[in-house]
Amino acid sequence: MSEVKIRNLHKSYGSVDVLKDNNLIVENGAFVVLVGPSGCGKSTLLRCIAGLEPISSGTITIGGKTVNDLPPAQREIAMVFQSYALYPHMDVYGNMAFGLKFAKTPRPEIDARVAEAARILQLEPLLKRRPRELSGGQRQRVAIGRAIVRKPQVFLFDEPLSNLDAALRINTRVEIAKLHKMLAATIVYVTHDQVEAMTLADKIVVMNKGRIEQTGKPLDLYYKPANLFVAGFIGSPAMNFLAATVKDGKTLELADSQHLNVPLPAASKPGDQVTLGCRPEHMRLGGDGTLALKGTVDIIERLGETGFAHIRMATGQTIIAEVRGDPGTSPGASATLSLAPAQLHLFDASGQRLG
Amino acid sequence: MRRNISAIAVHGILGLYTLLALFPILLVIFNSFKTKNAIFGAPLTLPTPSTFSLVGYNRVFGDSAVGSYYVNSIAVTAGTIFFTLLFGAMAAWALTEYRFRWNTLLALFFSIGIMVPIRLGSVAIIQLVVSLNLINTRTALILVYTAQNLPLSIFILSEFIAQIPKDLREAARCDGLSEYNIFFHIVLPLIRPAMATVAVFTMIPVWNDLWFPLLLAPTGGKQTITLGIQQFLGQYITDWNAVLAALSTAIIPVLLLYVVFSRQLIRGLTSGAVK
Repeated sequence: MSEVKIRNLHKSYGSVDVLKDNNLIVENGAFVVLVGPSGCGKSTLLRCIAGLEPISSGTITIGGKTVNDLPPAQREIAMVFQSYALYPHMDVYGNMAFGLKFAKTPRPEIDARVAEAARILQLEPLLKRRPRELSGGQRQRVAIGRAIVRKPQVFLFDEPLSNLDAALRINTRVEIAKLHKMLAATIVYVTHDQVEAMTLADKIVVMNKGRIEQTGKPLDLYYKPANLFVAGFIGSPAMNFLAATVKDGKTLELADSQHLNVPLPAASKPGDQVTLGCRPEHMRLGGDGTLALKGTVDIIERLGETGFAHIRMATGQTIIAEVRGDPGTSPGASATLSLAPAQLHLFDASGQRLG
Repeated sequence: MRRNISAIAVHGILGLYTLLALFPILLVIFNSFKTKNAIFGAPLTLPTPSTFSLVGYNRVFGDSAVGSYYVNSIAVTAGTIFFTLLFGAMAAWALTEYRFRWNTLLALFFSIGIMVPIRLGSVAIIQLVVSLNLINTRTALILVYTAQNLPLSIFILSEFIAQIPKDLREAARCDGLSEYNIFFHIVLPLIRPAMATVAVFTMIPVWNDLWFPLLLAPTGGKQTITLGIQQFLGQYITDWNAVLAALSTAIIPVLLLYVVFSRQLIRGLTSGAVK
């Protein structure tokens, strides 16, 4: 069992709270991704799990053992750093074997484990090379290899792909996903890239300002974001938000006085301020639907198969809608946007999801 | 064209300076191979078959004590380098890596050592060495020289240690290394170029020093070579052949040590560690 449990974790530097009351369970064998904007505390949370940062209060248990006061080495974790942190004066073999040597692992056992990791990561021809003789992707694999040979309960990845170029990043992402399946490892992975989070995770933890905003399966977060922050963070381009006022049981009035008939939760009263959210990919240019917004085409970004039309509303707000193929319109033309009622999100004045 | 001219000018100036720096040394070496009359008659000429003589070398190596002076010098220099590097690197590591209460004050205390010349404390040092019963020992010299060289070496090594990526130390902590092992197996190998620099800085003044050997180990067969050579300089007669020969041979060990250390002065040892 290598479950990680975090209870009421609090971390502050002096009077600055960087982590506030974090609760999280990483199930055995799960791939959990911590995601959020920079400075949200995701790396700090990872470092707290690793034992590289002392925590102010709360408990961390790994595999049922409370590790609050244990040094990193005794927590049975292995960390892959953003910068790889390979020992420059040792070759690839030395880098992977280093920790085991100090753990007094017998030599044949070290050799076997390194050989196994090298086989999995296709590092066999590189074992005698120094880190400076390796490419970025190879260094990355060595850093992962160094984690694998320790046979940890939990793997911790701190933005491992952010130093790689775009093509290599996609490759390595797939490699990491395969590795997770093959090793059946418990992984906590930090990234600011929501695509990495969506593609890799069994469970995503969205963090903001030291708090966990929402925890859930990737598609749950996509289809049912718990609040405005998660709604805006997951998905690219970001979800469109429209400020609106409840008119009656089924009508919203938008800031530019357009009316929309949408299913509203029973609790909403006329006069309530709400935010209506709709993803670009759930909007269509052209108006046959019951729900339609009117505006002017500002610019059209063409990506090939799809594109994004920026539509300016009467209020000056710009809404982005996905278009397929040739949008058949041009900047300056007036446009109507159809919304799918089933894919609308409503948030109350405090930003929490309604319904 | 302009670049050529400036390159020639730069090389000319450097060449001139090299000549200036090497001239006295070459003069000593030439003259050590000449007869006494030739040294005084034509000091600036190379030895010719008629003026060639090994009398100085014979006298130096004939003197059984000179060998032990070399041993003393080498022992003192090597011991000083070893302890300066070890304690210097340890102190530098502690001051850079750990945040503790008197950290800044301690760093300041060490840097005062760079500014205050240790010779001001000569009298106190003699009293201390006498009461420790270390007079006329190599230990006394090593201790004093280590104290003399520690401040600057801490200062230089701290700068280098601060440049070691934090991730590396944390990776080592995750790998289960103790703080001592991190120091010996991660930090020391990575600051090797800096240590070589400090070693060279330390070595040359120690090897050439006359002051402390004269004060702390003037007799008892523990003289260093610099002091030992003085026996050939009399009040009335100076055996120039022997002095020049001894000086020439005294260059060799320090030159060898320099070659050893300068090979370590390679840049970019940390490349490939991060990113």
